[in-house]
Amino acid sequence: MITEANQATREITVTVNGQEHSLEVEPRLLLAHFLREKLGLTGTHVGCDTTSCGACTVLVDGVPIKSCTHFAVQVDGREVKTVEGLAQGGELHPIQRGFHEEHGLQCGFCTPGMMLVSAALLEENPDPSEEEIRWALSGNICRCTGYQNIVKAVQWAANETKEQA
Amino acid sequence: MTAAETEQKGWLGRSVKRKEDSRFIVGRGNYIEDITLPGMLYMSILRSPFAHATINSIDTSRAAELPGVVAVVTGELLAEHNLAWMPTLSGDTQAVLATDKVRMQGQEVACVIAEDPYVAHDALELIDVDYDPLPVVTTPQAALEDDAPLIRDDKEEQADNRVYHWEAGDAEATDQAFAEADRVVELVTHYPRCHPAPLECCGCVADVNPATGKATIYMTSQAPHAHRTVFALVAGLPEQNIQIISPDIGGGFGNKVPVYPGYVVATAASLLLGRPVKWIEDRTGNLISTGFARDFYMDGKLALSEDGTMMGLRVNMLSDQGYAFADAQPSKFKAGLFHIVTGSYAIPAAHVVTEGAYTNKAPGGVAYRCSFRVTEASYFIERLVQTAAYELGIDPAELRRKNFIPPEDFPYTSATGFEYDSGNYEAALDQALERVGYRELREEQKLARAEGRLLGIGLASFTEVVGAGPSRQYDILGIKMFDSAELRVHPTGKAILKLGVKSQGQGHETTFAQIVAHELGIPPEDVTVQEGDTDNTPYGLGTYASRSTPTAGAATSVAARKVRDKARKLAAHLLEAAEDDLEWSEGKFSVKGAPDRAKTIQEIAFAAYTDHPEGMEAGLEAVNYYDPPNMTYPFGTYAVVVEVDRGTGRWDVKKVVAVDDCGTRINPMIVEGQIMGGLTEGFGTAAMELITFDESGNCIGSNFTDYLLPTSWETPSFELGETVTPSPHHPIGAKGVGESATVGSPAAFVNAVIDALAHAGIRNVDMPLTPDKVWGALNEAGLAE
Repeated sequence: MITEANQATREITVTVNGQEHSLEVEPRLLLAHFLREKLGLTGTHVGCDTTSCGACTVLVDGVPIKSCTHFAVQVDGREVKTVEGLAQGGELHPIQRGFHEEHGLQCGFCTPGMMLVSAALLEENPDPSEEEIRWALSGNICRCTGYQNIVKAVQWAANETKEQA
Repeated sequence: MTAAETEQKGWLGRSVKRKEDSRFIVGRGNYIEDITLPGMLYMSILRSPFAHATINSIDTSRAAELPGVVAVVTGELLAEHNLAWMPTLSGDTQAVLATDKVRMQGQEVACVIAEDPYVAHDALELIDVDYDPLPVVTTPQAALEDDAPLIRDDKEEQADNRVYHWEAGDAEATDQAFAEADRVVELVTHYPRCHPAPLECCGCVADVNPATGKATIYMTSQAPHAHRTVFALVAGLPEQNIQIISPDIGGGFGNKVPVYPGYVVATAASLLLGRPVKWIEDRTGNLISTGFARDFYMDGKLALSEDGTMMGLRVNMLSDQGYAFADAQPSKFKAGLFHIVTGSYAIPAAHVVTEGAYTNKAPGGVAYRCSFRVTEASYFIERLVQTAAYELGIDPAELRRKNFIPPEDFPYTSATGFEYDSGNYEAALDQALERVGYRELREEQKLARAEGRLLGIGLASFTEVVGAGPSRQYDILGIKMFDSAELRVHPTGKAILKLGVKSQGQGHETTFAQIVAHELGIPPEDVTVQEGDTDNTPYGLGTYASRSTPTAGAATSVAARKVRDKARKLAAHLLEAAEDDLEWSEGKFSVKGAPDRAKTIQEIAFAAYTDHPEGMEAGLEAVNYYDPPNMTYPFGTYAVVVEVDRGTGRWDVKKVVAVDDCGTRINPMIVEGQIMGGLTEGFGTAAMELITFDESGNCIGSNFTDYLLPTSWETPSFELGETVTPSPHHPIGAKGVGESATVGSPAAFVNAVIDALAHAGIRNVDMPLTPDKVWGALNEAGLAE
């Protein structure tokens, strides 16, 4: 029974998509729920509850983590990026455009997690091979689209970034 | 209307980028969990740990006392309102919350409604249920034994665990064919239980307004209109006071066709409490309690002449239905659509016996990106044909070719009574063989075998039956399976199209706008497609069974043509010409011989509200309820190449070629996306997906660490091809395509693995072909290393 913990909230300060938030939270509050319920950032989806599907993936200090099994208190003092923070200054991130151009999404439920993992990959490796892309995405499940067009979307974004550079 | 007028070129066959993407790529989709209403409460479900047990008592007092808990709902409370049981899609009954017994693990026993979702979950642990476990039935074979425990003892007329026994085809003619045959080939196989597992689980927000009595229910529904009718019938609420809103849906694949207990309890709780109640299923709840797929044991024989001509087919099928019969069940096709088991072949005689049994498992069998039992039937015939090829020593491609229904025989009436609309099976086969390099591969296979390597080439030349349906034959709970479109063109020439179907990712907002563009010349970006709100769209049966394009797509065409007919009258008025003197092309009517005297559809639309002739109604809109004259029969040939590792039983996919024919392709990009998604799920089914149970009825496969789904790492790449054989009865010649690849590909993958082992006499390994099972077969045949 965990209800006694209700009283024992903790204050955390976290920067989400560039904006700092200080909030009182229960220690057991999951990061996914913190983002969705406390900050209203509903682009982060929960698909499996067991760190398997990756729909809830967000970036913590630039590293993809699955927010359905991460506590909000674990991101105290850190920087979180969600799908809502991908576009900058009204400009879509190349990975967002890549998913649109290459039909990398159907129902859209896995898309935020897929895009964040891809964005982190491209940050680290701007010119990944197909194998490297497939490995990077292998913690994220898509049911509608399959993976071929998602791989192409990442390649599209890589090419676009190269051309801009 | 002339043929030239129906050919508004330019928008059909164009890969228009999807309109719906813009919200999803920025995280602004609106899924069920994203909906929050003022004063909303949260519901959690307590599920049974036992597969079969008597409930002696349920004590909710400790849970009710937990701060933040507003109510605890049990079956006893629901029974007072006659809501403890509800009908399934096939007219059986299913418990909303258990009263007498639990009949499957994960069955809904009680619900907690609380101010906070975490508190609702905490309170589940404070509910004390006293169970007496009962003997458990986990297979349909055991269920039909004489001394099997009776699972549905709540049903007075039910004396055993048999759900149905239905037959189709002609038993006598089939017996005759077998008596005359030179060869009889048999296949016994199990299509295992798997789960559609859309990435978004099910859920709802039920909001019953205590002042007006209006129930607004946001829910993950593939069929909102049908669900409204079911709610009206089950709960006795006036139908006009129920509004079902299906927001963005995170994948369906048939999982969101049934009505689940969670929806019903949340609605009852909102009615009781006068506040909105949200229920979001967790993944375990989704996998163990909602509509599973397949679980068919099939045993069939093919009678052939020595030269490989197919003469007769006999199939016995036994399905594991779980504790309630919940298939979507067209009442006039008792064997479901299992009749399609004759596949792409001109088999003159066939007889099918289907039986179903109750077991202590979740009900379902609705679908997984196709069913009505088409998937299982198609898998079976494609596996059986491959088996026959080995037994007769005929190349599997040639045995298929020899027996295909020839193109000139369409429309073709099958031995089990379907009228196939159109097909050209050999063209699809030839293209697949060419693309995969079939002849070279057969040579390579011989060389590989000589080196001790196991190379396999698998084919499947499937035919599907989709797009229910002609309403004289197809219904769900008596509601006929038409669909609808309502098109309104506004004064500035922009249009709103409202449909009775509901996308779960299929891209309707783009595809259906293209149909309007094709018919009227209004560009897709000027056409908004609305779906999923019962108060704001015409009645329809929803999206599943690849039916949206065959039904609502046709309705869209017909509605747009009605609009065009009125536009012609308006143009005649504006141009001061006779209607017969006008011709239609590229979005405008012009006077024959004077192309400069023309009015665009946008100018005509403006006139419909500002300058319509006397005696004509203002406005420019039309509605169509489309009742298709027949189903559509998409088909194709898939070819898969694998190499099997003799040391581990692992099989690596070297190549996949998928040639599909779905008639006219409206948006090729979206069609190919559907096919690749289906191939991925078909690969998963063949390779890894399995919901199974231990002897106590515990579900093995209750989360994504046990129920394996393919990821980007295992999933092979696909090469796609197409042939185009339009449906003769669809207004734009389109057939359904959403499920073709899930139907066709599992057999191709399995046939490829079996083909690698066939020379050692191996004919079958049941799916999923996990390495341990394949290694077992290798070992038995002396091929293992």
